[in-house]
Parts: sequence; C-alpha cells; structure tokens
Amino acid sequence: MLKCRTAWQKLAPLARASSTLCRQNVKRTVLKCDSTMTQVPRVQMSSGTPGGDNTLYIVLVGATCLGAGFYAYRTLTSDKSRYHDRISEIASRPSKMSPQEQPATYMQTEPTAPAVEAPAPVSLPEIPAHAPYLLIGGGTASFAAARSIRARDPGARVLIVTDEPDLPYMRPPLSKELWFSDDPSATETLRFKQWNGKERSIYFQPPSFYVSPQDLPKVENGGVAVLTGKRVVHMDVRGNKVRLDDDSEISYDKCLIATGGVPRNMQVIERAGDEVMKRTTLFRKIEDFKSLENISRDVKSITIIGGGFLGSELACALGRRSTESGLEVMQMFPEKGNMGKVLPEYLSNWTTQKVRREGVNVITEALVKNVSFQDGKLEIKLKDGRLVKTDHIVAAVGLEPSVELAKSAGLEVDSDFGGYRVNAELQARSNIWVAGDAACFYDIRLGRRRVEHHDHAVVSGRLAGENMTGANKPYWHQSMFWSDLGPDVGYEAIGIVDSSLPTVGVFAKATAKDTPKAATEQSGTGIRSESETEAVASGEMLASTASPQAPQQEEDYGKGVIFYLRDKVVVGIILWNVFNRMPIARKIIKDGEEHADLNEVAKLFNIHED
Amino acid sequence: MSYCKQEGKDRIIFVTKEDHEAPSNAELIADDPNDPYEEQGLILPSGEINWNCPCLGGMASGPCGEPFKAAFSCFHYSTEEVKGSDCVDKFRSMQECMQRYPELYPQEDDNDNTPQGESGAAEAATPGTGDSDPAPTPDSTPVSGDASQTQRPTAS
Repeated sequence: MLKCRTAWQKLAPLARASSTLCRQNVKRTVLKCDSTMTQVPRVQMSSGTPGGDNTLYIVLVGATCLGAGFYAYRTLTSDKSRYHDRISEIASRPSKMSPQEQPATYMQTEPTAPAVEAPAPVSLPEIPAHAPYLLIGGGTASFAAARSIRARDPGARVLIVTDEPDLPYMRPPLSKELWFSDDPSATETLRFKQWNGKERSIYFQPPSFYVSPQDLPKVENGGVAVLTGKRVVHMDVRGNKVRLDDDSEISYDKCLIATGGVPRNMQVIERAGDEVMKRTTLFRKIEDFKSLENISRDVKSITIIGGGFLGSELACALGRRSTESGLEVMQMFPEKGNMGKVLPEYLSNWTTQKVRREGVNVITEALVKNVSFQDGKLEIKLKDGRLVKTDHIVAAVGLEPSVELAKSAGLEVDSDFGGYRVNAELQARSNIWVAGDAACFYDIRLGRRRVEHHDHAVVSGRLAGENMTGANKPYWHQSMFWSDLGPDVGYEAIGIVDSSLPTVGVFAKATAKDTPKAATEQSGTGIRSESETEAVASGEMLASTASPQAPQQEEDYGKGVIFYLRDKVVVGIILWNVFNRMPIARKIIKDGEEHADLNEVAKLFNIHED
Repeated sequence: MSYCKQEGKDRIIFVTKEDHEAPSNAELIADDPNDPYEEQGLILPSGEINWNCPCLGGMASGPCGEPFKAAFSCFHYSTEEVKGSDCVDKFRSMQECMQRYPELYPQEDDNDNTPQGESGAAEAATPGTGDSDPAPTPDSTPVSGDASQTQRPTAS
C-alpha cells in the first residue's frame, strides 16, 4: 500500500497533466463528433480519424503515457529496493540488543556440543532464562497447578517464583490445627494431626520433591523448581517474559499468576504510628503464625479486630489458650455476631455465644474510631465511646488481592470484586492464567466471583494447570470451605454463602450427640483429634446445654443444613455439624433448579444420621 | 413434631427423625458420566488413565512421576494372564527411583514399593469413589500429596 501511495504521489502531477490532456482531447473529439453529427449525420462514424489534427494529439498522449509509465516503473522498483534495505536493517537490530540471551539459548539447544562462544557449560545460571511453565506465586493454587501440569505433560519443567522464603504450604492449619497441637514443638516443625489422625507437615511436599531452579532446564524427566525470595515486578506479555526484582528476566511459554493477596490493614492503625504498628499482627504467613504464637505467651491481653473466618478462628484458638495461661482474649467487629456476613442472624448469634464459651470476650457492633499507645498499653477507642485496653492487636479485616502486575502486563482488574479478571477457563490473555485468591473468574453456574478459600485455590489451581496443558475446561467443580469454632461448632459450606440472601435452615431437633467431637467418636472417622483436657471441658458443656429442651427457649441449632437462595434457586449450602455430605450439596448447586419445598431437599442429607 | 418459624428473610424449620423418614420427592437431574467438565476418576471414559486424579496423590507429578506412569500404564494395558507380569522391569526401575527419595516414598511394608508392585498398583487402580473422596486405599499411595479437593486436607 505504501508503495502505491508513494508511487501515486510521484505520478500525480504527471497523471493530472496527462489526464487533463486526455480529457481535453476527448472533449474536443466529442465536440467534434457532436458538431459533425448535427451538421452532417453521415460523417459521425469518422470521429476516430477525422484528420491530421487528431493523429498528432494521439501520438502526443501516447508518448506522455508511455513516458509516465516508464517513470512510474523506475520509481516503484527503486522504492522496493529501498524498502527491503530498511526492513533488513531493522531485523538486524534485535540481535545486537540481547547478547546475554544468545549464549543461554545456545546452550539449551545444543547441550552436548562444546560451547563455542558461550561461557563455560559447567556453570548454569542460578535463575533459568526460560521456563516452559512459569508460575508466579508459591501458594496453594500454584502448587496445585504445578501438580496438574506435571501429571498431564510428561517431563514438564515448571518454575515457581515466590517472594516468600518458604516452599509451598497450606494455610488453614496456621489458624486451626497448629494451635491445638499437643506437640510443643509444633511451632517449629509445623506438623499437625489431621482429622483422620495422621500427622503431616503444612508443607505440601518436602524439599526433596523439588529440583533446583538451576537444574530445571536440564534435568531428565523435568520437575518442579521453586525460586524463593524473588518477586516478579514486571511482565512483558508481548515478549512472553517477566522481570524479577533483581533485574533478571525469565521467558515463558505458559504463565500462571497465583499471587494471592496481602492482609488489609485498618486506616486507624496505619495512622496511629510505629508504637501501634509494631504491636499489630496482620496474619497470613508462617512468620505471622510464629510471631503471634510467641506473643501469645508473653502478653496479657490480645484483641482481634474482625469477625470473619480468620478472626473467629484465631479468637477461638487463642481463647483456648486463655484457659491455661490466663491470657485475656477479646474480639471486636462491626457486625452483630461472629460470621455476621456469612451466617443468618439467628445462627450468627448462636455462634457468638459459642465463641464466648471458648473464653473470648466478644464485643459486637464495634466500630474502631481511634487507636493509640499510652502508658504501655494499646488503647482502642470505639465510636460509641467504649474504650478497650490491650497489649496486642490482630487485624483480620480482609484480604487485598495482589494485582501489581496488571499494569505492566496489560491485564484487566475487576472493579467489583478486585483481582485479575479472567474468563470461565481462568484465562486472562493468551498464555496467561490466574488462579486462587487473585482470580476474579466467571463461574458458569453462580456468576462472576472471587473466592478466598483453600479448596478453591486447589480447585482453580488444578484447573488452570489442566488448561495450561490444553484442556479448555471451565470452572465447574464447585469448591467448598469449612470452619471449626471450638469443639461444638463445625461446618462445611459450598457456593455463595452470603447472609444478605434469604435462607431456609432445616435443623434436626437437637440431641446431646450433635457435635464434631461426638461425630468423631461415633463414626470413628476422626473429625479432629482432641486432647484429654478438651474432652473433659466439652463434656461439661454438653451437660449444661442438654437441660433446656422447651421449644420457647433459645433453640439449640445442633445440626442441620442451611440453603441460601437467589431468585428461588439454591446458590449456597451450609452443612452445619453434618459431615461427609458435600457431594450431595455440590450436586444441588450444580443442578441450579428451583425446588418448591426445601424440606424435601433437606431430606437428601439425612441430617439425623451421623 | 416439626415446626417452622420465620425471622425476617430467614426461614427456620425443625424436623424430627420421623419427619424425615419418608423418602425425598426432590428431583435431581441425572448426571452424565461422560461430561467432559466434571472431575474424572482414575480411569477416563476413553479407557485411559487420568494421571491428574487426586486419588494418585503426588505419584504422577513427583521426581519419579515418569517411571511411575510407565509402570502403571504397562500394568493397565497388560493383557497377560497374570496382569502386569510383563511389566516387572518397569516396576523395578520405578522402585529404584523411589528408593532414591525415601522422604517422598516412605518404604513401608504394606504399600506398592514392595516387589509385589503390581498388586499395590492394582489397589490404586480401583477408581476413586466419587469426585470428592480421595485415596480409597491410603496405604498404596504413600506420597503425602494433598492438593486434592477433599472435605478437609489430608495426606494419602
């Protein structure tokens, strides 16, 4: 096109000139014809060769056209050759710009040949220059994806890049099992007892499972390598490569972003200054657990701000400690009860009572106005005037998804839910997938959402890994989540569980047998391993709750199933102290049907059985 | 006697055991066993092995993943009278690999690291029971892999 334009521009004046010449000639010819027609009809036919004048004109026009044509041809060919020169010049530039990449790729493609221009083949770079599968973030989603990729792509080479110093580990025990462990060295070993009685580490795999990043490009059969302590700061989507905080670059074929998030802090704390900040824990990682565990032995009073999953679990864990050590544990949040945004009000209130029985001083409807450090104590001033004095604060007020790469990578960030926006197959752009806490994905059944639970990280990481190896499957298998709040309250949930939705709860009229602990002993499956002291304590508690049976009294929501409805369709289910029924719940949500009588649906769960 | 109450938008129903004795008339849609979206068990509808099955734990993805896949595939497609008897070499190389990583593949007596590797693999060959239950035979998959969708995280 460019050629034509430049050619035309050059020829235009000539063209105009010759065309006007032609037109003038034609006009004259026509006029001539017309004049001859009107005057002498017989002479009409002879417009072609009326006489000597025309021949001269024709010759002139012909010569001009020929000349113009010749000139045009000359111009075009010279332009063409100039164009080719330019293109080859541009092409030669990239090879001058990246001399470092050349030796590395040279070594990769010809590992056996002695290096001619590359550095000595013995020392491989510590950070590989290329990873066929690059996973950014070293958490649950990333590990699940790595496993999926390795299972499906024989000999796959997977590189995980994480800014944490640790190998991939699971988070739930940090706020649950690790606090209840009988073993005093659990904080160091990070080992805990599972619900089936077997002990394991929070690390998904021991170090011997992984290959070193250095060896990854050449190890036979591939493997998974984890590059710790490095942060990806820039992503070049066009060039299929990332840049780390130490300026090294890694190119990839397929990339997963599983960066999770960072705990949110409260503005009142951030503004309060260093003395307050250093007495505040934002709980997420192993180091936060170790630090809080230590602190809980030293201080006299801890306050947890936040009434959601993490806040309530930590409150119960610390509350349990308080019975032994005399530690004062307080929990405060704006809602009316624990899990106020998840459980319907009646259940949230009931749960709050249980949490209080775990030894926690729960302060509801508490909005923090101001935090300061005075006389060696932290002072939390609430909006309604109440004042709380404490030694340490744990802020569990939500998670901010990590989307720092969105700008450089040109990825969309969701304005409603936060996180990277991806489609139903978890893909953000070609060759880039996102999984885990950071992914705002399209759920075919339940709509666009972002989920911050462990099982979702596993499910989405797995799915991303499958899709990175060519599966093209949408998010379909619904993930679940669970929580235990002491020996009396345990639940599993699936789907959208939002307390603002209308709910229908079907509960079994309670008996003394309805607790996670009791379910353990009955079925022998081991919901959780309990220590002797706990067994004694819960026995006393059960005796006290068994006495009031009158229906007018506060109901004992021992066990049941709660349906969350959106437009009459069940979009979420909580199994309240009812275990091993998740597949049924998953099926009901998958069907997405309108059920006229939810009591009939509840029958499917057999809540009276164990 | 069951009863029901309403608290704002939330409905609460208390039911006795007798109330729930009659079978449910709630209708569920029949599942398509070949639905490509669904989680598959150990054996795919095509007859191939699903290496990504949570029931395998980390066996197919670890450092001995390839020897494991080779041995197990051989066993799966073996048409010998004693199934897998033509795969002894592959099981041996798998075992050798696993011995190099005792931390990952603990050498217990009742798992498939014994010379009777075939029988151990046969145990693992029984398809997983349902999509969310992992490792029906916990001992035959000794690797403590657990990025599996379970009700609670467990090691196999």
